[in-house]
Amino acid sequence: MSGKGIRIEGLRKRYGQGDTAVDALKDVNMVVEPGEVIGLIGPSGSGKSTLLKCLGAVIDPTAGRMTLGDETIYDNGWKVRDLRALRRDKIGFVFQAPYLIPFLDVTDNVALLPMLAGVANAESRQRAVALLTALDVQHRARAMPAQLSGGEQQRVAIARGLVNRPPVILADEPTAPLDSERAVVVIRILNEMARQFETAIIVVTHDEKIIPTFKRIYHIRDG
Amino acid sequence: MISLAGRDILHAWGKFVFTGFGLGLLIGVTLIMAGVYRGMVDDGKALLDNSGADLWVVQRDTLGPYAEPSSLNDDTYRTILAMPGVAQAANVTYLTMQVRKGEADVRTMVVGIAPGALGATPGWPPYLVAGRQITRGHYEAVVDIAAGFKLGDRIAIRRNLYLVVGLTRRMVSSSGDPMVFIPLKDAQEAQFLKDNDAIWQSRRRTEANPAFNRTGVPGLLESVLASQSTNSFVNAVLVRLKPGHAPDDVADSIRRWKRLTVYTRAQMEGILVGKLIATSAKQISMFLVILAVVSAAIVAFIIYTLTMDKIREIAVLKLIGTRNRTIAAMIMQQALALGVIGFVVGKITATFAAPLFPKYVLLIPTDSIAGFFAVLLICVLASLVAIRMALKVDPAEAIGG
Repeated sequence: MSGKGIRIEGLRKRYGQGDTAVDALKDVNMVVEPGEVIGLIGPSGSGKSTLLKCLGAVIDPTAGRMTLGDETIYDNGWKVRDLRALRRDKIGFVFQAPYLIPFLDVTDNVALLPMLAGVANAESRQRAVALLTALDVQHRARAMPAQLSGGEQQRVAIARGLVNRPPVILADEPTAPLDSERAVVVIRILNEMARQFETAIIVVTHDEKIIPTFKRIYHIRDG
Repeated sequence: MISLAGRDILHAWGKFVFTGFGLGLLIGVTLIMAGVYRGMVDDGKALLDNSGADLWVVQRDTLGPYAEPSSLNDDTYRTILAMPGVAQAANVTYLTMQVRKGEADVRTMVVGIAPGALGATPGWPPYLVAGRQITRGHYEAVVDIAAGFKLGDRIAIRRNLYLVVGLTRRMVSSSGDPMVFIPLKDAQEAQFLKDNDAIWQSRRRTEANPAFNRTGVPGLLESVLASQSTNSFVNAVLVRLKPGHAPDDVADSIRRWKRLTVYTRAQMEGILVGKLIATSAKQISMFLVILAVVSAAIVAFIIYTLTMDKIREIAVLKLIGTRNRTIAAMIMQQALALGVIGFVVGKITATFAAPLFPKYVLLIPTDSIAGFFAVLLICVLASLVAIRMALKVDPAEAIGG
């Protein structure tokens, strides 16, 4: 694996203790190369969301090792100090619902992340507009999220996930609220963005119509 | 970095403005309550200022003439006038009563002022806004404009009518009742004047008393009856000092040699503020505390509700790496903005509403400044509950599952 991408080895996550303990993840191994979009599929309760939360540095794995590019994030109980900064700078998120900030316009929804990282407002907005142009929603740059269609909102959410040029993007059911045509468009956009920015993209999905679009698919069953 | 709080306020400005308006009315009431207290204190000070006295000589061991009844013989002022350091001394009477104004009654303080001249005799209204001072010994009155009389009106006090010859302003009792100045003799009579039946019955009793109706002492009964129908008492003697004499020294001298109670300006102010309106002040303080608590509860509830509405957005913000302090600042800034909107509305409301109150409401800048910072403090404290809740939000909530 080159300097980007994500690698997990022997990842485990246990909830609870003693007799009530539940192993949500059991020795999960995964490698996603830069520029690659992979699908992560599995039935409900199989541990997809738990894996996504571990990958997103939202919850700590019980054991295992996770590497983002050359940087080790978790290593059997050890973790990087500032997970918040890690999420801001190294991981992009695209959710099932776009979850745009309703009181910020489209440009500022996207520009917020670089602003949080300390980038000047003007430069952050320039980056945002460039991405919105790449995603063909630049004409809605001054609109509020409530004024956008579902597809436009999801594109803006993708732009937000990409704006800090993270090495990895985690997409949780990004096509669920969309019809087939728009779902395929979103996946196509993710593929283009992955190639363009050398980003590793993990898409958790149940959506049968987009599964054939992935070159590699990870199945997860009972952790 | 953009202001998240500012953007949220602009996005939901209607909610903020209406909530701020409601809060502002509450703050307006709070400012007016403080103004009522200040008005009471100012009324008390105006009463002392307008009397033009340096010392108040009253009945021994009383807090008269404003806080307790006080009675002195009306010739006492002559001996006080002879004391070293005394420039002027004048009798005065105070009687709080309802005076008739057409078909209605007006609560007033009737002040009996000694004959003399403005500037020379303490107790006179120091300035007029219309008409002239009292120049006749009977049945003329100078009235505070707040009583609602006009020049030429006639005021019924007891059984006599008084012609309004002058109007003055800000001449009020410590309770805020407008003053009616009448000649001293008329005021003395008004204080003790009985109805005709009572006078007739009193005369019959005196005539029936052998101690006063002696056959061998001609003229005794007439003298006794005459003494019973006149009043030779006043409530206080107002004293003005010669330049260079310390009030405390002259007061000590009068206490020692005349065996009377004497109050200096500072002592009289202490009686008015510390005793006469102390209970009212406590009452108002309680209201202020309650209003502050209610304001805090409203701000806390509103900010809590607004934050609850944004739980998902807060989870997203935390997931994408927003610092806790940025989220806390957003909530606190919104609470402060609500407080500022509320204070501006409250200040405007209080300013326009104050003159409509029947008693004097004094809004002073220091109260407004203190109120502003109190509102900000309340808003900061009220936002802590919402901040605590926001900081507890798990970023994982944004992912679901």
